[in-house]
Amino acid sequence: MTSKGTIDLVHLYPREMSIYGDLGNIRCLAQRIRRHGYDVRLHDHTPGSTLPDRPHLFMGGGGQDSGQSRVEDDLALIADRLRGLASDGTPMIMICGLYQLFGNAFVTVGGEELPGLGILDVTTRGNPTRMIGGIVLDTDHGEVVGFENHSGATVLSTGQAAFGRVRAGHGNNGSDGTEGAVTNHVIGSYLHGPILPANPRLADHLIARAAELATGRPFEPGDLDDSLADEARSRQIRRLLAA
Amino acid sequence: MLRTTAAIVAGKTARVAARVRGGGSAMPGLVAERIDPQLLAHALSGVTDGIVVVTGTNGKTTTTKMLAAILRAHGKRVFSNPTGSNFTRGVVSAMLGDLPLSGRLDADVAVLELDEWHALQFAKVVTPTHALLLNVARDQLDRFAEIDTTAKLLGTLAATTSTGVVRNRDDSFVARLDESQFRPGVTMRWFGIDPEVADDLPPLHEADARFEDELAPPEPGPDDGMLHPRSAAEFSIRFGDNEIGPLVLRQRGLAAMINATAATTTARLVLGDAFRRELAEEALRAVTPPFGRGEVIDAGGFPLELVLVKNPAGFTVALGTYHAEPVTTMVAINDDYADGQDVSWLYDVSFASLRDKGVALTSGVRAYDMALRLDYDDVRVAAVEPDLDRALDRLISDHPAEPRRIFCTYTAMMRLRRLLAARYGLAGFGEEPA
Repeated sequence: MTSKGTIDLVHLYPREMSIYGDLGNIRCLAQRIRRHGYDVRLHDHTPGSTLPDRPHLFMGGGGQDSGQSRVEDDLALIADRLRGLASDGTPMIMICGLYQLFGNAFVTVGGEELPGLGILDVTTRGNPTRMIGGIVLDTDHGEVVGFENHSGATVLSTGQAAFGRVRAGHGNNGSDGTEGAVTNHVIGSYLHGPILPANPRLADHLIARAAELATGRPFEPGDLDDSLADEARSRQIRRLLAA
Repeated sequence: MLRTTAAIVAGKTARVAARVRGGGSAMPGLVAERIDPQLLAHALSGVTDGIVVVTGTNGKTTTTKMLAAILRAHGKRVFSNPTGSNFTRGVVSAMLGDLPLSGRLDADVAVLELDEWHALQFAKVVTPTHALLLNVARDQLDRFAEIDTTAKLLGTLAATTSTGVVRNRDDSFVARLDESQFRPGVTMRWFGIDPEVADDLPPLHEADARFEDELAPPEPGPDDGMLHPRSAAEFSIRFGDNEIGPLVLRQRGLAAMINATAATTTARLVLGDAFRRELAEEALRAVTPPFGRGEVIDAGGFPLELVLVKNPAGFTVALGTYHAEPVTTMVAINDDYADGQDVSWLYDVSFASLRDKGVALTSGVRAYDMALRLDYDDVRVAAVEPDLDRALDRLISDHPAEPRRIFCTYTAMMRLRRLLAARYGLAGFGEEPA
C-alpha cells in the first residue's frame, strides 16, 4: 500500500516532561497515523535541539518540578516558533505541566509569578491540595475519560474556550466545571490516563488536522477497529459516573 | 521500662486479634508504637552485628529474604520483617512475636525492609549500620508526590548510616546520591549488572532527568558484586576474580538475579572475613520466593508463575528476563489504592517482547485498558475476561500442559494467590516458612 503522506510528529521534552504515562499519547498517535495509511516521523525535542522545518503535530506531557524548571530556558527559545505554528492552525495537545506552561502564567504558592507562552489564555495558581482521581468530560469529541493528578488550579480568562465540561472529577480548578482549554487546534488538558489511547475520536481529530497540513488534502482515514478502546472507555465512564 | 512492657503486651494482644480476623500485618505495630515510640530503639539495642535497612522501590521483599537467608546460613541469629509489611510499625509488628518482655531482641543482626519514607522515620530513632539502596522508580506517586523527593529520602538515609552503604550502580538516582553528605569513613559498595550483559537488555531503570550527561558510575572494585546471567535461570556473581555460583534460584526472572546480587554484596560487607562462598550459594539456592514475586506454583503438573508488577521499572525488568523461552501469558490489572489508581504507567512499558507469542488473556478491573495497551504495541490478545476467577479457570483449562505466567498488580495477585492456594493446597498467607 502506498503511503498517503508523511506526518512529522514532535514530542516536546520526552525525558523531562513525560513521567505520568503521557508517552502513551505518542505511541497512540504514531500507531494510528500508520494504521490510517500515513507514514510518521517522530521527533523527540530535547532542550537544545532544533525543531523540524515543518512540524505537523505536537504532544507534550506532565513533569515534576525539576523537569519543568529544566525546560523553561529551551521553551523561551522556541516560544515564537510555537506561537506562530499555533496561530497557523498546527494541532497540539499539551497535558498537565505543559498545559500550564502554554498558559499566561503560573503563580506559585509563595506568590512568585512564572511567565508562560501565552498560547492559551489561562492562569494557574499553585494550590495546597492536589486534585487526584478519575475524570469524565463532555467535549466536542464526545465523552472523554482520563485520570487527573495536579496541584495547580487553572482559571480561564473571559472568552477562552474550555476543552470540556466536567461530569465526574475536578477539572481546571475543582469549582467552575471546566476542564482544559482550546484555541485554534491547540488543546491543553489535565487528563493523563493517558488521554488519547482510550479516546480515539480525539486522537483522530488531531491526526486529521495534521494530515491536512502534511498533504494539503483532506484527511483520508483508514478503517480502524476501536472496539477495545470503546469498551475500555465506556466501562470506566460507567464506574466513574456511578461513584 | 514499665511503659515498654505495657506496649509489648498491648501489641501482642492486637497481634493475636489481627491474626484471628485475618487482618493486615501492620496494625499491631501501630498499637505498640503509639504507646512507646522508643520501643524500636530499645528492642534493637542488643543487636551487635548490624542493623541493615533495605529500601528502594522494587525488590525490597525478595532482597530482604535473600540477605536474611545468607546471614542465617552463616550462623547468625537474624531478626527480619519477612511479611512485606515495610512500614516502621510493620517492623514492630514482626518483632512482637520474638520479643521477650524485657523488650530487648535476642538477635545478632536485624535486616529490615522499609519503604523510602519509613526508612527515614526509622533512622530518626535507630541509626542503621548498613543501608542497601536498590532503586528509585515511580510508584504510588500520591504518597511520595515525586520521584526526586524519593531520591532525596534515600540520600538522607545514606547520610545517617554509620558503617556501610551498598548501592545499585545501574540506577542513576541511587548512583548519583551526594557522597559528601555521607558520614566520614563509611564503606561504599556497589552492585549491578555486568556492562557486557547490560547492553543486551532494555533500559531497566528510570533516567534521572535532572542531569544532561549520561551517568558514569565508578568501575566495579573487588568488593562490588556484578551479575553475570548465563541463561534464563542460571547466573553467577563476580567480585573481582572471585565468583559466587553459577547457581539457579527457586524464583524466576532477571529481577530475582539482581536482588540476589544486591543481597550477596551486602552480606559480604556485613560478614567481612566470616563470609563463605559455599554458604551463600547454599542459602540462595534454597530461599523460597515471597508470595507472588516470581513464585512458581505447580498447577496440574506444569508451572504457573505469579509475577507482581507495580510500576514501569518493575514491569520492564519482569519482561526483560534474560534469554527467556516464551510462555503462555496472562496480565491482570486492578486499580484499587494498593495497585495504583492511575493505570497510565502501563504506557511507559514496552510490550514488544510479547509480540511473537501474544497474550492469552487480560483480566482484572482494567482488563480492557490492558488489552488496548497491548493492541497499540501490536501484541495479539486472544481473550479479555475482567473477572479474575473466570480468567484463571480459562487460563488453566485452555492451556493445561504448558508453562504459564501471570503478570498481576497487587490486589489481583492477592486474589489469584488465594484461588490457587485453594485449588492446589498451597500455604496461605502468614504461614510462610522462614
